[in-house]
Amino acid sequence: MPDPARPPSGARPAPGGGPFGTVVTSPARTGDAAALAATVTGFARTLRAAGVPADHERTQAMLDAAAHLGAADRAAVYWAGRLTMCAGPDDLPRYDRCFAAYFGGERPGPGRPAPVVTVVRHTMALDGDGPSGDASREALAATAAWAEVLRHRDVARMTPAELAEVHRMIGLLRARREPRRSRRFASSPRGRLDPRRTMRETLRRGGEIARLRRRSRRVRPRRVVLLVDVSGSMAPYADTLLRFAHALVRCEPRATEVFSVGTRLTRITPALRHRDPGAAMREVSAAVPDWRGGTRLGEELKRFLDAGSTARGAIVVIASDGWERGDPSLLGRQMARLSRLAYRVVWANPHKGHEGYQPLTGGMRAALPYVGAFVAGHSLAAFEELAERLSHA
Amino acid sequence: MTEPVRRASEIGGPAALAELLDAHAYLAGEGLATACFLALKMGRPLFLEGEAGVGKTELAKTLAAVLGAPLIRLQCYEGLDAAQALYDWDFARQLLHLKAAEATGATGAAEAARLEGELYDRRFLIARPLLRALETRPAVLLVDEIDRADDEFEAFLLEVLSDFSISIPELGTVRAAEPPVVVVTSNRTRDVHDALKRRCLYHWLEHPPFEREVAILLRRLPACTEALAAQVAAAAGRLRAAGLVKPPGVAETLDWTGALLTLGARDLDPGLAAATLGALLKYREDQQTVLTNGLLRHA
Repeated sequence: MPDPARPPSGARPAPGGGPFGTVVTSPARTGDAAALAATVTGFARTLRAAGVPADHERTQAMLDAAAHLGAADRAAVYWAGRLTMCAGPDDLPRYDRCFAAYFGGERPGPGRPAPVVTVVRHTMALDGDGPSGDASREALAATAAWAEVLRHRDVARMTPAELAEVHRMIGLLRARREPRRSRRFASSPRGRLDPRRTMRETLRRGGEIARLRRRSRRVRPRRVVLLVDVSGSMAPYADTLLRFAHALVRCEPRATEVFSVGTRLTRITPALRHRDPGAAMREVSAAVPDWRGGTRLGEELKRFLDAGSTARGAIVVIASDGWERGDPSLLGRQMARLSRLAYRVVWANPHKGHEGYQPLTGGMRAALPYVGAFVAGHSLAAFEELAERLSHA
Repeated sequence: MTEPVRRASEIGGPAALAELLDAHAYLAGEGLATACFLALKMGRPLFLEGEAGVGKTELAKTLAAVLGAPLIRLQCYEGLDAAQALYDWDFARQLLHLKAAEATGATGAAEAARLEGELYDRRFLIARPLLRALETRPAVLLVDEIDRADDEFEAFLLEVLSDFSISIPELGTVRAAEPPVVVVTSNRTRDVHDALKRRCLYHWLEHPPFEREVAILLRRLPACTEALAAQVAAAAGRLRAAGLVKPPGVAETLDWTGALLTLGARDLDPGLAAATLGALLKYREDQQTVLTNGLLRHA
């Protein structure tokens, strides 16, 4: 869409070129379109580094908006950017921070800093540190048997190599979903009369009703919402749980939502959409601010339910050990709300798989009356079972 | 009430637009006024998110009043498809036309071709909200609660909103002579696709600050005294901070104040307040929390 207010294209800084030498920290002092473009481009870079979706198109929109508002003062530039660069309430505090930093005189770094995460890439991890060290070459059968052993072992007590193998197998998990009838119709040989299609065909035949067309409701997969506890007590399981979440998202990208829960609720579905599990895990670790902290399940659940009804009609899986630091009665109340809203609530507790486990913690006791299914979540077999449960919930 | 402004280009800036909205009893903050102003100037849809009852739908209505344009509303729901949002052919009338032609004895190939052309005439087309919005000039189009529609519909809406034209295979392309002012609202029950948001100006609507809420109550309810408005707004602020299941929005405070006024309250009388609490809070748990913690009593 051509716009007279847009600055001439030659005025924009060359991609990759460092415009920071010419940055004006306050556009109020200049009406120069080129300087404004350079400022806005630099600002967009700062925003992107902070995770705000300030792409090229949005940058152009901000320039347009600033031109319409006159870019006369700080407030005009603020709103021009906020209305065009942000895409959700999560972006707003980030935007505010970036705005204060950038227009307060702070300059952005040369690009997005890479998150510091070390990812060990295992190939088929059946080498010396596995339990069958010397049997690596001769026995494929032994490998299969080992996989069977691994399937039931607790992931918290595995060597890195074993864990890598389990993660590989989780990556292969396919959780089909129980279909749910949608409100949309599709043409079908059986079902109710489809007047639109019948009439259309009738018209084509010059008014002869030759055949009745029918339609029936389409089916779509039921949504699954997974809440993964990433607090300190869940540390041995969190990685595997997130791999499981990744498999679920990969399988049904449009019908899966994943949140991490600890001291802060974080939506990590976009991070998990990445095809490669390693890359997805890197994105997640960059997105989650509260690794290995405490747990405030009740409060987090409240925030989750207040934020909108993602849970409505969905199968909600809470993967947590139920170690609640907060008030268990709050957790109980929120679980009651959740159970009224969700299609089904499943609680996966890693300790449930251990012999002699009793759900005695306050949080777990408060939550249990509202849980439809209380399952284990400590081994590959448990995850397979959970995936199976989602397809026949 | 001021004379409706016919052309968006006559509005000088966000402050002028805020004044116009004010004249129609809608008090907009700086951000919202800027958003509306830019939406008019840049011809972009305005994407409004925020909690229920903060005035998203009301804004579209007021914009329509300010511009002197009809408000065309498309309420989204699951299963909404093109036939319900765009246009549909009136099959029954087409069939009738065909039978009538048959009865008068139309024969020959030329006649048949003419008849076929007639069948897809504009008069057999039923315009649904989106087509109506493109054909009406000027118009304010409200796409309400987009998050309730399926994501298939979003992709389709994106197409309509990106070039403000609709192609009807039998009839040709309908292009808006003047693009409608579009307000899209969402309650965030699911994530709306980024491609659609990118087309829009995004604004997150907050509960109004205390002073503005008082002003809104006084504007909307002339019978309301300043003391009552202040007490109600203060109570609403406390309730929003109290961690309720459903904190009250401006729509609810207005309802509640209306109920209090109907019962003749001149002050936030605890007895009357408790009796009318149903206008403000729609969850039993919330009502109990509020009554047991004495949140209605003013400090």
